[in-house]
Amino acid sequence: MADNNYKNEFGFFAERPKVEKKFYDRKKVIAGLVIFLALVTLPLWPNLGKTIPAPQRQLDTPVIQKMAEKDRQCLMPTEWMRANHMQMLVDWRDTVVRSQEQGAPSVREFVTPDGRKYLASLTNTCMDCHSNKVQFCDQCHNYAAVVPNCWGCHLETGKKLAEAK
Amino acid sequence: MGIDRREFIRIAGLSTLLGLSGKGAFELLRPGQVEAALEPQKGALEGKRWAMVVNMQKLDDATASKCSEACHRVHNVPDFHSPKDPKDALDPAVINRYEIKWLWAEHFHNAFPGEEQEMPEKIKTLPFLLLCNHCNNPPCVRVCPTKATFRRDDGIVMMDMHRCIGCRFCMAGCPYAARSFNWRDPRPFVKDVFPGYPTREIGVVEKCTFCAERLAQGLMPACVEASRGALVFGDLLDEKSKVRETLKKYFTIRRKTHLGTNPQVYYIV
Repeated sequence: MADNNYKNEFGFFAERPKVEKKFYDRKKVIAGLVIFLALVTLPLWPNLGKTIPAPQRQLDTPVIQKMAEKDRQCLMPTEWMRANHMQMLVDWRDTVVRSQEQGAPSVREFVTPDGRKYLASLTNTCMDCHSNKVQFCDQCHNYAAVVPNCWGCHLETGKKLAEAK
Repeated sequence: MGIDRREFIRIAGLSTLLGLSGKGAFELLRPGQVEAALEPQKGALEGKRWAMVVNMQKLDDATASKCSEACHRVHNVPDFHSPKDPKDALDPAVINRYEIKWLWAEHFHNAFPGEEQEMPEKIKTLPFLLLCNHCNNPPCVRVCPTKATFRRDDGIVMMDMHRCIGCRFCMAGCPYAARSFNWRDPRPFVKDVFPGYPTREIGVVEKCTFCAERLAQGLMPACVEASRGALVFGDLLDEKSKVRETLKKYFTIRRKTHLGTNPQVYYIV
């Protein structure tokens, strides 16, 4: 008879107090929940069942078109660049700006595995060939909803430092 | 049966070792390709302790403003005094606070406050060119919470704009007012955008960098090139350098040496 020995801080009671179990305002609450869920998921409805196609990029800038077919290669293989370009740019940035913090010599050149040398610079090396930022950067970044903040400071005009002197 | 105590200790020890040196082991097996592939650039000017001498005997108002214009042009420093759109004009009460300056001219009593009585009257109206002093003991570096400003081994006090969070501790630390804060987006106020150097964003602190980017290309700082010999730049630890020869020849003063920051911009008076 556990129920008969119901206890609270004031002592023992003969019976558990009876509380009426009732769902007050059932219709209003359920209707409110449905409306809430509909509102929260509203942005998802228009795209339901659709597939957004991957962006079709136009990567043949004048500079790339001028190159011979065999020279048309990036610093690293395309697949590697696609996966790792952000890490590479961060490494370049830290090394170029901070290499002399601890006595290392000034570092500004990037050497590819097959020995080609490039100035480690987004605006002066990458954007020199890929001069179309809208096609080359923005399309994919918009598609993947990433917002890199390079262009708040760095300029899109992909001119070489030598020309800017 | 399970493992005995000896076996357990051996496994525990080995896994601790692996845990502590795990990343090192990976690096040994497959060294980082990207970092290793960056090489020093040839043709860069290199020094052990860069310093500048300002020869006030050669510097007149025209040359001084030419120097600071050259500097501000190649570093895309904004000018808020004459905006293209009159709506962007600033209240004269706050324009000094908004102003961005890397290299600018002041009279003696502003550049060397409290030292007026020691100096001859004629130098008091000269345009003393002021800039970051690239101190040996820089207070801005000590107070920066993110190491956005740091001292390079060649003496240049450098800014890493990517790390600056705009707390302005460095501005409070700098006794020379050499640092400016971007209270508004500077890009619309850069007159002729110089493509070889980035602009800045709203909310970062900026200052003179002794033209670190030009030194890396083997060029002298922009102000030195524009100064017609009034500014001398070079390696203080190189006995044959022009800076050393000038310092040997002339009496020089430095700004606020009593503060112990050991500034590296010298003035011939």
